[in-house]
Amino acid sequence: MKFLVLAYYHEKTYLATPPEEMQALVAKCGPLDKALNATGKMTLVASLAATKDTVSVRPRNGKPTITDGPYVETKEQLGSFFLLEAENLEEAVKLASLHPAANLGEEMGWGIEVRPIEFWRAKEIA
Amino acid sequence: MGKPETGSVLARVDEVYRLESRRILATLIRLLGDFDLAEEAVHEAFRAAMEQWPQTGVPGNPRAWLVSAGRFKAIDGLRRRARFDERAGELARFLEARAVGQAGEGADRQGGDDAAAGSDGDGRPEGIALEDDRLRLIFTCCHPALAPDARIALTLREVCGLTTEEIARAFLTESPTVAQRIVRAKAKIREARIPYEVPAPEQFPERLEAVLRILYLVFNEGYSASSGDAVARPGLSGEAIRLARLLADLLPDPEVKGLLALMLLHESRRAARASATGELIFLEDQDRSLWDRELIREGSALVEEALLSRRFGPYTLQAAISAVHAETAAPAGAPRKATDWTQIAGLYDVLLRAEPSPLVELNRAVAIAMRDGPEAGLRLIDGLIAAGSPSREALIDYHLTHSARADLLRRMGRKSESAEAYRRALDLALQDPERRFLEKRLIELESPPKKDVP
Repeated sequence: MKFLVLAYYHEKTYLATPPEEMQALVAKCGPLDKALNATGKMTLVASLAATKDTVSVRPRNGKPTITDGPYVETKEQLGSFFLLEAENLEEAVKLASLHPAANLGEEMGWGIEVRPIEFWRAKEIA
Repeated sequence: MGKPETGSVLARVDEVYRLESRRILATLIRLLGDFDLAEEAVHEAFRAAMEQWPQTGVPGNPRAWLVSAGRFKAIDGLRRRARFDERAGELARFLEARAVGQAGEGADRQGGDDAAAGSDGDGRPEGIALEDDRLRLIFTCCHPALAPDARIALTLREVCGLTTEEIARAFLTESPTVAQRIVRAKAKIREARIPYEVPAPEQFPERLEAVLRILYLVFNEGYSASSGDAVARPGLSGEAIRLARLLADLLPDPEVKGLLALMLLHESRRAARASATGELIFLEDQDRSLWDRELIREGSALVEEALLSRRFGPYTLQAAISAVHAETAAPAGAPRKATDWTQIAGLYDVLLRAEPSPLVELNRAVAIAMRDGPEAGLRLIDGLIAAGSPSREALIDYHLTHSARADLLRRMGRKSESAEAYRRALDLALQDPERRFLEKRLIELESPPKKDVP
């Protein structure tokens, strides 16, 4: 079974963080990233560009209409996501709990959300 | 602007590197939050300057150009690494978001001309922010959480821009050892999250004291090398003085002036403290015409200023003592001026109250011997190393304790006791010129007195 894990952060606190604290935080991520990778259950991982480069498209009067910025304007923004292969939600949560955003960065609102995937079709693009 | 001549532009890049690279590094450490990343960025920024300035001309504010170029080169570098390391991408995103947020409308990815010239992006005038950065760098390199050796190495490397080879040579160690010390110190800064900042007012005195101690250690290592065959390594003293001047410019603290004065006054005697053959010459026997009068003038004026502040401490007092000695400076051939030992002994009394230490006790005893005669001094020293004295542990195996005793006993005519004390000092002294001095004294003492007739 596949699970999508979404990792969030508070964009404002994140941007107000002194760079040396960010460096210290990132330095602590390494071992956790490794542990999660070592399970072999993470099949895809991606990190997202800042929200300033984000564009939303909504239907307006039956036509796609483009606005700058994320779909939902909230304090918490999506920073990265990864895919897990697990037997059930319980295992997926256990695996996802290895991720840095489940262990670190409390002060800048790090956190994750584990979502079971109901339908899946993927095409490898070389 | 016409197309400039490449040679002169490259000479200008060299000049900017010499004058500004440490400031640029200090600012980039703040902006990037990491010593290694910032060092790499400085390197990349100057490489970009060498490529671009011959085409575009030297920008109006080279430092702002280089800071901006370094910042974006670092972000680009992280972004390239992000293909293999997702956390590099995380950092690139973070740093870029901050950079864009701070630079606002004027942001220029090419590190362009004067976009960042007006402010550093945190809303402060550029000058103040940059001077703060240099202080931040000094305070961080001298942070008490780092091992003392690491503080010295890191300060010389990052603040003074010495290479690890130069530092290794100065401290007579292997350059991998120095490199390792620096790597560990940087890791410690990262792991312990030592903030890159000038300490808050409540911690300031203590942290300043730690910085001054490191500067004085660096100076002393250059002034009287703790081991080896040279009397001194002047390059290190010069670096310490340069840093103390910088600190004195940036911080209106009397003890900073006091330390700078102390170093300048010691430095004024450099030419007089070793003979042509490298033998150490003690203060009393130095040729006073060799003392540098310009340094003495500057040092004494600083002592005066620091004393007037009434908030002075041990460095100012030591400098004041040194300034009293310096009053005996005289042109060649002029009659020898007497040292004002009464004033010196009085200053040691004050110093002992301000900062009691076995070493101050010992120096005070020597000054009192000069004021009141060798018996008084010997009584004091013997008291300091007597069983039960709190100074005994520090002084009993210190070579200068025994050479001071030997000298007083010699002046009192107690030859065999004096020779015994010289031998004890010789057993304990590590530095070759000091050993040669003690050996010479011992030979003079033990050889039969010279007859006046041939």
